[in-house]
Amino acid sequence: MKKDPHGSFKSYIIGFLLSVIVTLCSYFIVVNHLVPRDAATTIILTLAGFQLVVQLVFFLHLYKESGPRWNLVIFISTIGIVFLVVIGSIWIMYHLNNNMTPTDMSHVIQSEEGILK
Amino acid sequence: MDKEKLHHEDEKTDIVKFGFWIYLMTDLLMFAVLFAAYAVLRDNNFGGITIREIFNPPFVLGETLLLLTSSFTCGLAIVFANQENKKMVVSFLTLTLILGLGFLSMEFSEFAKLFGEGQTPQRSAFLSSFFTLTGTHGLHIIVGCFWIIVMLAKIVRSGLSVGTARKLTLFSLFWHFLDIVWIFIFTIVYLMGGLS
Repeated sequence: MKKDPHGSFKSYIIGFLLSVIVTLCSYFIVVNHLVPRDAATTIILTLAGFQLVVQLVFFLHLYKESGPRWNLVIFISTIGIVFLVVIGSIWIMYHLNNNMTPTDMSHVIQSEEGILK
Repeated sequence: MDKEKLHHEDEKTDIVKFGFWIYLMTDLLMFAVLFAAYAVLRDNNFGGITIREIFNPPFVLGETLLLLTSSFTCGLAIVFANQENKKMVVSFLTLTLILGLGFLSMEFSEFAKLFGEGQTPQRSAFLSSFFTLTGTHGLHIIVGCFWIIVMLAKIVRSGLSVGTARKLTLFSLFWHFLDIVWIFIFTIVYLMGGLS
């Protein structure tokens, strides 16, 4: 059997320790209200992104693929579609919600668009 | 085994891994849609329970650490499979299974508690999207647990063949992938819910 260059003991330990530290950081930032809400949202999303990279590198060994890196290519294009779907949905539905609010529509549109009567 | 056959098996492993990777990417797209639905519907609670009331910080942290540790032990099983250490592979796979089942039982008790209080998916759009997202992830974990049991039976009965080692590699991709999805559920659903 081939000695798989991927799974080395050290890489799993580094990945695991980094993941635990990052998870605990996000947890305590939220639970102990260490920073204001908007800043906390940005920080925990960044930490989640960091943890994604950590696990891709140390657990899934994405960077170690040999040959043309088709795994990486497909992964990056999938992430592109993920962002389109998620950001696109939030964007569209936010505006839909705004425009469908059952209040006096003309009043809302006038004040939002700065239209003077 | 002669050299030519070994080379052939290596090539097969790479191809199979690539095919499985493509499956995981389509699975990722499905989760992306469920995340999008959750993000859009999370405030539509129809006067009912909100995520802030569901979020029990130490409980969810426990679930996260269980899954994270199981991802780690699954990686160690791969390391020992490469060293052809059957006994350690079996013990670490069993540990992974126990941690996975621990996570599942915590998630089940959370769901059971909510259902007992009448907080079912029918209650509001928020609860529908919440249960769909976390439930789909849980369903994947159940499938993963069955997969471990099948592999354990095979390894115990007929040892670590090239084929079993290959399946073990695919399983580790699947399990690490589920851990990554959970990190985003933990951050986006629970932690951001705790902030709202």
